[in-house]
Amino acid sequence: MPSTITLPAKPPALKAESKNLDFYYGEFKALKGISMPVFEHKVTALIGPSGCGKSTYLRCFNRMHDLYPGHKYDGSIHLHPDQVDVLDRHVDPIEVRMRISMVFQKPNPFPKSIYENVAYGLRVRGEKSRSYIDDKVEAALKGAALWNEAKDRLDDLAVAMSGGQQQRLCIARALATDPEIILFDEPTSALDPIATGSIEELIGEIKHKVTVLIVTHNMQQAARVSDYTAYMYLGELIEFGETKEIFMKPKRKETEDYITGRFG
Amino acid sequence: MNSPTMDRSPPNAEQLRGIIRRHKRWDMIFGLLGLMALAVGILTLVALFVDMAVSGVPRLTAEFFTSFPSRRAGQAGILSAWVGSVLVMLVTALVAVPLGIAGAVYLEEYARKNWFTDVIEINITNLAGVPSIIYGLLALGLFVYTFGLGQSILTAGLTLALLILPIVITTTREALRAIPQHVREGAYACGASQWQVINDHLLPYSTPGILTGVIIGLSRAIGETAPIITIGALTFIAFLPPAPFTGEPPAGLFDWMFSSFTVMPIQIFNWTSRPDPAFHQNAAAASFVLVFMTLGMNALAIWLRYRLRKNIKW
Repeated sequence: MPSTITLPAKPPALKAESKNLDFYYGEFKALKGISMPVFEHKVTALIGPSGCGKSTYLRCFNRMHDLYPGHKYDGSIHLHPDQVDVLDRHVDPIEVRMRISMVFQKPNPFPKSIYENVAYGLRVRGEKSRSYIDDKVEAALKGAALWNEAKDRLDDLAVAMSGGQQQRLCIARALATDPEIILFDEPTSALDPIATGSIEELIGEIKHKVTVLIVTHNMQQAARVSDYTAYMYLGELIEFGETKEIFMKPKRKETEDYITGRFG
Repeated sequence: MNSPTMDRSPPNAEQLRGIIRRHKRWDMIFGLLGLMALAVGILTLVALFVDMAVSGVPRLTAEFFTSFPSRRAGQAGILSAWVGSVLVMLVTALVAVPLGIAGAVYLEEYARKNWFTDVIEINITNLAGVPSIIYGLLALGLFVYTFGLGQSILTAGLTLALLILPIVITTTREALRAIPQHVREGAYACGASQWQVINDHLLPYSTPGILTGVIIGLSRAIGETAPIITIGALTFIAFLPPAPFTGEPPAGLFDWMFSSFTVMPIQIFNWTSRPDPAFHQNAAAASFVLVFMTLGMNALAIWLRYRLRKNIKW
């Protein structure tokens, strides 16, 4: 059965669009024909039970699967407005990752200073100007609501911070290079409720600057932070639509069962 | 369920205490056995060390370190031996460290997992078990005769480098493997190339482990005798390799590498095989120095690992 996709009467500008995306781990077909839009400056949540392929789908956007043998993509993810297909074999995954950054499930700061963590994305781009990097680091830490806590300890080791601070640092690291999209892979699943609240608040703010795609296993979180929601099951996209529509009056029975907790 | 075991009442508190007492007795017995097993090793080592110290320490004067070997035991020293050992270790480290690290990085980060890398891996493990005399024979054929490097410090350093290469490769790979995958992914997600990930992250984070491996390898190499004898180190040598830009005509920067040499274990072996007991004292004193060099290197490894690991957490 094809995905049910419901768009508002006047949809916002497109940032990316996947078309008939299949993904294989070796022989196993993990994603089956996913087609959906990602709207600019909106938060799109990917929900679904464990093993439904939501993280696998997210990791297609920055070609993370390229790090492991036995992966295969079919179909496309075109970025707008320049129409680059991130899955194209001729597009370097490094170029993709420079345009689309990522925040992971478990906070994964490098065992370096707070400053160096945020500056790393600029360093790999060969940025040498100290004052430019200083400004970018400050802006990114402010954008991640970490500046007040971190400004007096920029040279301290990042791993000495609390879990919530580390995750905000990872968000600052992702923000520092002005990406077009930030991918969040269950960013709060390793955090306590207070840290989770501050990350959710942050996602609400950064969407004014970047497009956000977030995987979450927590439906309340999807309802709180996202503008659009995609429900996936067994590698397929079941339903995509505005979050309030998906949660208030889903069109598909499967979505309704999952949302209401009858399943999953 | 009417099986006979189900009919039995569970043990009461008194019986439970009896069972626990029995278990604790076994705990204690095994603890004692383990301690005894440990004592066999440690005490033997201590006894050897003390015996060596008692006969050797009186010989440990400044002259002992600054004198060449001599026919008179009282005047003989270990100057050429310790200088030789230090220089050979220098060559060994300069060769084994870059080769070992590069090999390990290749195997761990670049190589595809296929039968070819499997074969290489099995061979590295096997190489670690090859008797050191075999390395000596290989070096004699390859470095001394085929390449014409002579019975030199360079030949000895290369030989010992080959000998400890498997140790360096294995410990480097373990150190690389200990870096969590999510840290690698974090770096790649920033747009880093594979070399940037290796150079900016993997190598710095695995430095403590690599250093430990290198020093453990070197402390094994410094005690090796068989391969050095095989390649033909001299047992009696009363000169030092030429320091760069000294002598007449002035020596080149690397001339010392082609000098003949001796090392500590050979000096010890030489003195032990003399009939005069005074030389045995010299051997004990030199052994004492050699053991201290080894222990010192191991202590350095532990300290470095402790210092560097403090800053690396995940």
